[in-house]
Amino acid sequence: MSEKLFVKGNEAVAMAAIEAGVRCYFGYPITPQSDIPEYLSRELPKNGGTFIQAESEIGAINMVLGASAAGVRAMTSSSGPGISLKQEGISYMAGSELPGVIVDIMRQGPGLGGIDASQADYWQATRGGGHGGYRIIVLAPASVQEMYDLTMLAFDLSDLYRIPAMVLADSVIGQMKESIVANPRPQVELPAKEWAVRGRKAGEPQNVVKSLKLGDGEMEAFHWAMLDRYKVLAENENRWEELLTDDAELIVTAFGSTARISRTAVAMAREAGMKVGLLRPITLFPFPARAYLSLSQRCKRFLDIELSTGQMIDDVRLSVARDADVAFYGRPPGAGSLPTPEEIFEQIRKVYP
Amino acid sequence: MRHDVFISGYGGQGVLLAGNLLSYAAIHEGLNVSFFPSYGVEKRGGSAMCTIVFSDGDTGSPVVGHPSVSVILNQLSFDKYAAKVKPGGICIVNSSLVECDGVELPEVELVKVPMNRIALELEDIRMLNMVACGAYVAKTGALKITSLEEALKKALPERNHRLIPANVKAIRAGAVAAG
Repeated sequence: MSEKLFVKGNEAVAMAAIEAGVRCYFGYPITPQSDIPEYLSRELPKNGGTFIQAESEIGAINMVLGASAAGVRAMTSSSGPGISLKQEGISYMAGSELPGVIVDIMRQGPGLGGIDASQADYWQATRGGGHGGYRIIVLAPASVQEMYDLTMLAFDLSDLYRIPAMVLADSVIGQMKESIVANPRPQVELPAKEWAVRGRKAGEPQNVVKSLKLGDGEMEAFHWAMLDRYKVLAENENRWEELLTDDAELIVTAFGSTARISRTAVAMAREAGMKVGLLRPITLFPFPARAYLSLSQRCKRFLDIELSTGQMIDDVRLSVARDADVAFYGRPPGAGSLPTPEEIFEQIRKVYP
Repeated sequence: MRHDVFISGYGGQGVLLAGNLLSYAAIHEGLNVSFFPSYGVEKRGGSAMCTIVFSDGDTGSPVVGHPSVSVILNQLSFDKYAAKVKPGGICIVNSSLVECDGVELPEVELVKVPMNRIALELEDIRMLNMVACGAYVAKTGALKITSLEEALKKALPERNHRLIPANVKAIRAGAVAAG
């Protein structure tokens, strides 16, 4: 085993991006994610990559589009307000079937909001965010180790499916420091980027990367093809974690930071003799619906915990068996609104059958 | 085995460095660590807090509602957070700055350490966070004092390594005062 490092979640994202072979980073500073560009501005050029602080978030995402069209691994990172600005570019990337990694370290909103942790970008991330009807891959790390591992996975999945991938975390996971092992890049078989626009040599066919599709039936065919791809994604790439669910009478479900807080609440409930488990989605799109369906065949009570007034709960309700009951406890994001394990334990007590 | 400690003071007192030092010491002992900082937007004078959880297994929640040990460096933090310490827990207070005579914390052991005074006796007020760390390990036995000394190499940037002996002295002085 390699030596354990003690790093911030944001730094782990940046380290993983370099290990994953990112060639280009484009971004614009915003709290609470600025450690990512800070680290990459120092380390990426040393590793043969290019770092550019763009003139704006819109500039940055369109640079990602351009670099990705040229076939190299490219990424950007931001937080809520900046991610909103990037939506146009993300939509163009989705329309052009371009891979690329976008990191959202969520802060409060709407508007300028504030710098404390939030999970209220769930809808924006999982429903596509921009115009035109598309989905992106969304991964939700709950530890610094996962910030590292899932960033590398985001690059691989994005290249494999030619769909932009987002790492969705918040300022708890981004700012917290933990001991991690900086694993080497996993060996994954990826298709060659034969579609990339790299300069055409004599006799080679022309590659065109675009989202404008004016031909008769061209756009409709694109949407049906993408739907098929989303189905393959849902079939093959669902990831989730279960903790003590085997005999559970109540299953707490949460992602990212609230899942971490819930872990301790579940341990407290177990100590109090209550049969409580935890189901933590790791992929938010594709949403691990089958885990919910299968667990809800036996356990009929769920408690969804979010740092918002309730967004993921839509997907939970769509996924569980019809006769299962989903309770909700949320704290709208804001200074001082981070729930404690004791507080979640209180909610467990309230809804425990 | 799972320990949690909450450290709170105002910006500039070295709260985050103290938290980093304890974290590196725990890593040195082969433990898993979560260090969760939170601080105001100010560079100095705002409030600074951090929670450190270390465990030989899962660290669980980085957020702790009722810490088993709190290290309180100023009055504001004492007024706000001392009452949150878990029953059976320990509250280590910088009695140079915190007025806590006559304050009763039910089922909590209140340990008064004049951290500013001890640091000033060592002729460097900036060492008060090291005094606090020494007091913490001596009082709780959660980590070895030698691990803290070892951890200074990682917690301090290389250019400050010449100050390690002075930091070690401050850690030991804090340990003696709390012991």
